[in-house]
Amino acid sequence: MNEPLAPSESNAEVKRYARRDFIKKALFAVAGLLVPQTLVASKELEGAPEWVLADGYKPGEHYWAMGIDTRKCIGCGRCVEACKTENNVPREPFYFRTWVERYRINADGETFVDSPNGAIDGFPDDPTDKNVMRTFFVPKLCNHCDNPPCVQVCPVGATYKSPDGVVLVDQDYCIGCRYCIQACPYGARFLHPVTKTAEKCTFCYHRITKGLLPACVEACPTQARVFGEVRRKASPLQRFLRMNRIGILKPYLNTKPKVFYANLDGEVN
Amino acid sequence: MPDVDWNSKLAGLRNRIPEQIKRLVIVLAVVIVAFVPARRLLVPADFGEHGHYRTSALDDAAAMPLVYAGQVVCNDCHDDIVDLKGHGYHVNLSCEICHGAALGHTENPDSIIPPAPRDRGYCPICHEYNESRPTGFPQILSVSHNPLKPCISCHNPHDPVPPETPKECTACHAAIAHSKEASHHVYLECTRCHDAPAEHRVAPREHRPSKPTTREFCGECHARDAESDPDIPRVDLETHGERYVCWQCHYPHNPEAK
Repeated sequence: MNEPLAPSESNAEVKRYARRDFIKKALFAVAGLLVPQTLVASKELEGAPEWVLADGYKPGEHYWAMGIDTRKCIGCGRCVEACKTENNVPREPFYFRTWVERYRINADGETFVDSPNGAIDGFPDDPTDKNVMRTFFVPKLCNHCDNPPCVQVCPVGATYKSPDGVVLVDQDYCIGCRYCIQACPYGARFLHPVTKTAEKCTFCYHRITKGLLPACVEACPTQARVFGEVRRKASPLQRFLRMNRIGILKPYLNTKPKVFYANLDGEVN
Repeated sequence: MPDVDWNSKLAGLRNRIPEQIKRLVIVLAVVIVAFVPARRLLVPADFGEHGHYRTSALDDAAAMPLVYAGQVVCNDCHDDIVDLKGHGYHVNLSCEICHGAALGHTENPDSIIPPAPRDRGYCPICHEYNESRPTGFPQILSVSHNPLKPCISCHNPHDPVPPETPKECTACHAAIAHSKEASHHVYLECTRCHDAPAEHRVAPREHRPSKPTTREFCGECHARDAESDPDIPRVDLETHGERYVCWQCHYPHNPEAK
């Protein structure tokens, strides 16, 4: 009766060793497969923070965003004027990096939006429509999306999201194909009439890298615009996000905008 | 294992490939050989180091010239105005909102002087009534709000407190005050032409204020030889309606002359 036991025991032993062997080899194989990825990841980790621009600015250490309080905007257009002055934007009424829209919603639910010359001279005409139920101003600019459609469509890699979250255009590399202008759901881009390259808001990248505020924020007389870091608790932007009911433009597009609106009316798009 | 004659097999295979395929392969090889150096030549050296873009593009973006100096720099020299502004409603306004971009001024303070808007056109950009502006923001209708006065004659823009309005006369004579506000005589105090005794306020009809009784009174400003602003219209008192006192023909609270 003891006879059949011996082969089954040895069988179990063979099986056990085979399983251990298999697991060992599988783990080695998985580890081996992960090696290149960890190498890449570690290279990225040490790569980003070490990247230093002029003036000792480290793009990897920042992440910028803007907050806009629509209840504070008075539609004076100082931001538009400051933006055009600071960034040498063409003065013709078709080219804007930022502009202000006036919303007028009447009792029938109809919405009228206008922006005469981007509101660079404010809104001098006051259409006294007695039917208007609510009306307000909405400053607009590039939303510096975390998931930017304009960057996806650029065929040459001329527009890109910088490590500090700013969507920029490489003027020397842009071929002027206008794909990005078509792709932007917020109408924030235009083709520069002289250079024939795509242009857009840069969050005044040359200013924020030197510790200054973007020109539109500097010029806003009512602090309707707030600028700061998303990832720092002590940033004025973080306070803005905590203290207000925040909305973003076209959230259903999953573009993840980094321009946050406080008290945003449901009619705004 | 049967012995395989690889050489003859390969030769057979080579013979079986059609001529056009062979040529295509040659063309493809040439294209690939040309592509590698061409790509190296055309793609910038720093492309793709941190992402699908040129690394130096970020330096280009950061190297754009500044135009606005920023509020902090103004405080370094103009601390007196900053102190004054710090107590007023305009505390949060950056200097460059009204005075324009001033980086040039910070570099050459003596040769580049930023402009200061002194006319009526500038303040209404923010303070003209507009129904879309938020409730509570101070707004005026500039057609009826002292239309010929520059804002700065009553409001200090660095500390824009609304001035005490002279209620003494306007409390009763509001219609006259309003027409005077819209006229060229806007700067004239009521007492420039009227001597109002103190009792006039208590018993206005018994103690009436005086009116100018002579043509020479208006001539103090409007005569040909009067020592007054050259923009003021002049008349020859000798020949111009000599039988009347001026205000019998010209309504002094809104004189028609432009």
